[in-house]
Amino acid sequence: MTLESKIPSGPIAEKWQNHQENLKLVNPSNKRKYEIIIVGTGLAGASAAASLGELGYTVKVFCIQDSPRRAHSIAAQGGINSAKNYKNDGDSVYRLFYDTIKGGDYRSRESNVHRLAEVSTKIIDHSVALGVPFAREYGGLLDNRSFGGAQVSRTFYARGQTGQQLLLGAISAMNRQVNLGTVKVYPYHEMLDLVLIDEHAKGIVTRNLLTGEIESHAGHAVILATGGYGNVFFLSTNAKASNTTAIWRAHKRGAFFANPCFTQIHPTCIPVSGQNQSKLTLMSESLRNDGRVWTPKSKGDARTPSQIPEGERDYFLERKYPSYGNLVPRDVAARNIKEVCDDGRGVSSTGMAVYLDFTDAIKRLGKNVIEQRYGNLFEMYEQITNDNPYEVPMKIYPASHYTMGGIWVDYNLMTTIPGLFALGECNFSDHGANRLGASALMQGLADGYFIIPYTIGDYLAITGAGKLDTNHNKFKESEKEVSDQVKKLLSTNGNKTVDDIHKELGKVAWDHIGMSRNADGLKKAAALIQSIREDFYKNVKVVGEGNNLNECLEKAGRLADFIELAQLMAADALHRNESCGSHFRTEFQTEEHEAKRDDQNFAYVAAWEYSGINNPHKLHKEQLTFERAKVMQRSYK
Amino acid sequence: MKFKLMIWRQQDPKSKGKFVTYEITNISPDMSFLEMLDVLNEELTKNGEDTIAFSHDCREGICGSCGIYINGRAHGPSKATTTCQLYMRNFTDNETIVCEPWRAKGFPVIKDLVVDKSAFDRILRCGGYVSVNTGSAPDANLIPISKKTADEAFDAAACIGCGACVAACKNASAMLFVSAKVSHLALLPQGYPEKHERVMNMISAMDKEGFGNCTNTGACEAECPKQISLSHIARLNRNFISVVVTSKDK
Repeated sequence: MTLESKIPSGPIAEKWQNHQENLKLVNPSNKRKYEIIIVGTGLAGASAAASLGELGYTVKVFCIQDSPRRAHSIAAQGGINSAKNYKNDGDSVYRLFYDTIKGGDYRSRESNVHRLAEVSTKIIDHSVALGVPFAREYGGLLDNRSFGGAQVSRTFYARGQTGQQLLLGAISAMNRQVNLGTVKVYPYHEMLDLVLIDEHAKGIVTRNLLTGEIESHAGHAVILATGGYGNVFFLSTNAKASNTTAIWRAHKRGAFFANPCFTQIHPTCIPVSGQNQSKLTLMSESLRNDGRVWTPKSKGDARTPSQIPEGERDYFLERKYPSYGNLVPRDVAARNIKEVCDDGRGVSSTGMAVYLDFTDAIKRLGKNVIEQRYGNLFEMYEQITNDNPYEVPMKIYPASHYTMGGIWVDYNLMTTIPGLFALGECNFSDHGANRLGASALMQGLADGYFIIPYTIGDYLAITGAGKLDTNHNKFKESEKEVSDQVKKLLSTNGNKTVDDIHKELGKVAWDHIGMSRNADGLKKAAALIQSIREDFYKNVKVVGEGNNLNECLEKAGRLADFIELAQLMAADALHRNESCGSHFRTEFQTEEHEAKRDDQNFAYVAAWEYSGINNPHKLHKEQLTFERAKVMQRSYK
Repeated sequence: MKFKLMIWRQQDPKSKGKFVTYEITNISPDMSFLEMLDVLNEELTKNGEDTIAFSHDCREGICGSCGIYINGRAHGPSKATTTCQLYMRNFTDNETIVCEPWRAKGFPVIKDLVVDKSAFDRILRCGGYVSVNTGSAPDANLIPISKKTADEAFDAAACIGCGACVAACKNASAMLFVSAKVSHLALLPQGYPEKHERVMNMISAMDKEGFGNCTNTGACEAECPKQISLSHIARLNRNFISVVVTSKDK
């Protein structure tokens, strides 16, 4: 099988417009005959459900939570980028496109990123129309702030709860369609398999998390919008239930998995404090607008921050990157924080933290302004750490946050399985090797509101609204496989809990496939993960029953998939003999310790094909070409 | 620290529930309340017992999944806090902690501490939106909205749908939740045209779900983790009354 990216011809700025005009359409009166399955109700899933419902399709939406509104997009804090140029500071579609390509270290598809920048303005318009209460200036117009990796202010925000407000907006649009009868929601349903008939995606098999029933659902197309796999590290900023199961099972049915080793470690999170910690809390990137990152100049300095005089502090981001300062992109910030901590200059009892200090900003702007901007984040920080960030600097350390890698999709957001689409974080498409802040919300909503409604019609118009049948053999076989796995997990009765094993996996992934990697470590990780996998199937202990709410069982199924994914992450990271963005191989760095790309040999998307549980994945390459963005060594100095 | 926990156990919606007492030791004051329950569940798992079901997901106070009635208060003793943001330093060593699910007719128990809050979604589906299709919106800056109004709308929109307002109310009323959405949209020019239909439809949906009436006690506001103000209930009432008074078919 060869990869066809289906990038339209023509100049880059006209591709999307031309493409829309050439896509086939489904007649309005025929749309209701097409059933579309959507898995996941975050920004991408909810906005797709709303938009496809509005068009008249019959939509079935599945989520694992008790309510679609709880999808993890809800937790996004800082903001959403858009090339509105309301600030008159020189922003444009081209600049947003260019910043995103450069921020991704030239490992994303140029045509997709340009389209993202083009539709970014419509997202703000539509969200405001839905009643999203963005921050405003005193004149009544929308306010903006700055985010990392950009020299313009293009980030729209709603205090520190932008994800919540955008998601509730999309969910409200979806709710309207539920009321109108075009969309039906299935909460507490977990997709455990994808069903292919004649090589086209024709449905899914789910487990009802309340009753344990294994059910088949058929559709003329299936859309996955299930988010990222950052929980492979056990500790991350993701919600506890965020997982890779839906995309991994689709991958095992033939959807290629692209760039799995591109995982974003967010620089500013509250550091790990104890053995039983269950998750890490993000402190929004927006804080780096006013907070200054520093450590003591000397190693092992145990003084409190206020005792350390100005001259003995190292504001290392400002020192090394004078033009971007504290607002360098996430991968650069995270790596520098790790470096100073590894060098013995970290603070707190663990030595694994640096300061994020607001003293100067409070002096300059007053406490009120800082409270206006970040009040809820400061409160959250104090609640968790018992420290008041208005008085003492925050302590922060990087944590797993977002995954750029994901299911490979073509320009139409279709995977290598016809009829299977992937939107939002679960696809690989727009962020290359590193995502810029405030771009995830933009991508999720671009995919759901403004891209899939056009591209899915083309597929449906060609394939037609044939009869759907959940009694087909393929559904029955799939149901049996899924219920066999559930039975197997419940009957293993070993001596390790799911969390025990997940913590082991997380440690291996963090140590060897985390912020920096090298060939020896990756080979070691591959062997360790293999033994964790064997251990899991022999020794996992799952209590409770299969016919009612059983979180232990849910977690076990998800961990099984995380383990297999971690193996692929290690293989991908090992094969990519270069550094780029978040993928920092210590063997490949510039003299100034920055990521050193090898465009000659690695300017491609690595799309991996599943070839059976005991066989290595097969690599397919999608070569990346750049006609509009000038390829250069990324510099934020 | 160590604690005695009295936890409501109920196998499924139809079974009879009861309190079961557990002792737990070696708890760090910096652990969250839910991490303390994680530790207990790990112990139960190792003993081969079914774990305690409780709702949780984001663990940073925004998804609205969690909610335990702790020592007689929704989300426990701290102000403006969800259960997942509660830390053990807020309790005293050797304390007995009572954990119950939300108790309300509109929120039937699913298992142990997990209740069914789907009634909230059904209410929102009856009008908690602006009727605008994707692609038809004008430029976002076309209609200026004063900062004060936008901020007030945000305060209402900050509701996380956790249900603490219902759990805290002696009438199990969902008025604070419903008013938060009605008020958020009524304050904004985008939501204004539908404000009358919205308030009528959402109130009738709320009544259908079996939530009680509001008697202005204010327990909802006091326990709301997002500090949603009672003034939104006042705005809902104003909207409601103006419809009733001006309605042509009396």
